[in-house]
Amino acid sequence: MIQLKKADYEKIIAHAKKNLPEEACGLLGGRKDGDVKTVEKVYLLTNIDHTNEHFSMDPREQLAAVKDMRSSGLTLLGNWHSHPESPSRPSEEDKRLAYDPAVNYLILSLMEEEPVLKAFTIDKDRNVTVEEIKIL
Amino acid sequence: MKVTVSGNTKEIAKNTTVAQLVIDEKVENPDYVTVTINDEFVEHHDFENTVLKENDVVEFLYFMGGGSF
Repeated sequence: MIQLKKADYEKIIAHAKKNLPEEACGLLGGRKDGDVKTVEKVYLLTNIDHTNEHFSMDPREQLAAVKDMRSSGLTLLGNWHSHPESPSRPSEEDKRLAYDPAVNYLILSLMEEEPVLKAFTIDKDRNVTVEEIKIL
Repeated sequence: MKVTVSGNTKEIAKNTTVAQLVIDEKVENPDYVTVTINDEFVEHHDFENTVLKENDVVEFLYFMGGGSF
């Protein structure tokens, strides 16, 4: 289960909406306690692809976020990105580029009026598992 | 000699290249890894000829990207 503060949930949605029609993306830093992952900090990164169908995180911002997590004693829990015009589920490209089965991939769909945020893990064989998100 | 890799200080052999470090560190999917040395990005085609120096700070950054469809 992933625990996400309401303020951080809203921060993700605000960033994703601000970047429409492009996809938006970011990282999640936090702590693991058994099966419970608590997001302590949401990082808002630039999608250097600047398209509505793809994203690539700005590597310089990624580096800064990784260093910030380390100095804050946080672990990289995963990343998030938005799907402006498609459902909250990993696309074939998302699965192909999911290198780490130990992290979570959060996808925010903005295709309907009400945003939908879901979390996934993706194993080496590209099998997808949905993980519960608890908004605190 | 000492270098820092992903926040951990470790001893490596002199004249270790970035390409060798990627192997030594058992980096998975190296095609999708970006390397920085002292915050400077190293191009993939320079991995073989970039030699690490004492006290270098190395980071491995996995490419993070995807698509909607």
